[in-house]
Amino acid sequence: MVSVESPPVERATAPAPRVKLLKTKVSRRTAWILRVASVAVPFALWWAVSGSGVVPDRFLPAPPQVWAAFTDMVASGDLQNDLLASLGRIGAGFGLAVLVSVPLGFLMGTVGWAQPLFEPIIGILRYLPASAFIPLLIIWLGIGETSKIALLVLGVVFFNTLMTADVVRQVPRRLLDVSATLGAGRARVAARVVFPHSLPGILDALRVNAAVAYNLVVVAELIAATSGLGYRITRAQRFLQTDKIFAILIVIGLIGLTIDVTLRLVRARVGRWSV
Amino acid sequence: MSLRFESVSMAYTPGTPVLEDIDLDIAPGEFVTIVGASGSGKSTLLSLVAGLTKPTKGRIALDGRTVGGPGPDRGMAFQSPSLYPWRTVAQNVAFGLETRGFSRQARKERVAWLLDEVGLTEHAGKLPGSLSGGQQQRVSIARALARSPKVLLLDEPFGALDVQTKEDMQLFIRQVWRDLGTTVVMVTHDVEEAVFLGRRVLVLASDPGRVARDLRVEPLGEGLEVKRSAEFLAVRAQVEDLVRREHRAHLAAAHA
Repeated sequence: MVSVESPPVERATAPAPRVKLLKTKVSRRTAWILRVASVAVPFALWWAVSGSGVVPDRFLPAPPQVWAAFTDMVASGDLQNDLLASLGRIGAGFGLAVLVSVPLGFLMGTVGWAQPLFEPIIGILRYLPASAFIPLLIIWLGIGETSKIALLVLGVVFFNTLMTADVVRQVPRRLLDVSATLGAGRARVAARVVFPHSLPGILDALRVNAAVAYNLVVVAELIAATSGLGYRITRAQRFLQTDKIFAILIVIGLIGLTIDVTLRLVRARVGRWSV
Repeated sequence: MSLRFESVSMAYTPGTPVLEDIDLDIAPGEFVTIVGASGSGKSTLLSLVAGLTKPTKGRIALDGRTVGGPGPDRGMAFQSPSLYPWRTVAQNVAFGLETRGFSRQARKERVAWLLDEVGLTEHAGKLPGSLSGGQQQRVSIARALARSPKVLLLDEPFGALDVQTKEDMQLFIRQVWRDLGTTVVMVTHDVEEAVFLGRRVLVLASDPGRVARDLRVEPLGEGLEVKRSAEFLAVRAQVEDLVRREHRAHLAAAHA
């Protein structure tokens, strides 16, 4: 046996300080309480401030007033029509953007020449704010549906292309190698390996960009529209109907949340194997 | 099947070859293991046979036909099992069979047979993520064997497994080799494994990679206990010395 004496280490006199981890966990119960509080506290504050009379009703309507405005709009059918108009535009604009950006991003992530050809121009275009195109789009396409749908396409297509390309590029090299040794040619690797591997990531990108499209449709409708949730807000502004504006904002928020949750569920189902 | 290297050289960057002037003949049904220090290009050697990399000089021929790219006549498994995580075990094994020429029925039977061979029948419907490392590697090997390749290429297949699993897998792969009669070419950094499994052990030299020694190993016995016998230890020591010498030379070259 050989014993090695270690050099003397200076002993600290104070007890060693406890190191705390940055990431901490809370119990399920606490998490639920916090979730409820996250919505309930701002809501209660709103109610308390509007009820106290510090702020005039005209600026900050109380929840019951907003509820009444909401039921009025539902009864007249305005809300449903506006909602359908907005969702229709999202469906067309976002759908078109997806039809272009997913294949294009897929190409950029797989085929060697597509990346250097498309990346620079898309890299420039995506930093141009879509809403800055509104005047130009109106000059080019008029104030009808086309210019609104075009705005959504512009706002979504570039980001979604680049995000898709990134996801597609993340397919491990080894998986592609293995597939080739199993006799799979390019088309089969694209369809049976790259696509399923990328699908959860593509859906993640869609979820992010659906929110963008949803924001943009309201922006588009604030200017030169005769229907849609954005149009309803500008109309209400003209008559100082802040209760209506509040009701529409809440509807916009809830619909957005529904879209998000739906996409999240789809994503969880498709991507069971990832995580 | 015979696998032939004809003065094969490979350089990823011109002027610094990873492999130089490899001449090699591998007979049908051989179990060849390849060891060598890092920088000896042993993985590159397999990659060339698989057709994933093209040699800068010379040619590789399988049954007289030049290897021009990857193909199902050469099955390959890597250190990382690289399974399709969204496919079940059975669907992973079936991947190579999903082309014209295999009826649904033929595919099903072949997959069932392969899963039985690798002992994973009861895991057929599971996703790879729920399997242990050793099981995943079995799936990967079964997948590589699906199209009855003439040669099975294994690139450090057990390198990431714990010692006990690794020894199970050594016995497993030898059994597969016996049952199927396929040629196996296996790269490993574990000399013990190379001597235990290989009927022929190739020791590669580094900078550039060449075949430094081509050893025939007589089967010393079946079980793992062979690893403790004097003859086994002697061969192992001999190979280890060769590898170590190349490793030192490689380090010296790197510092120079």
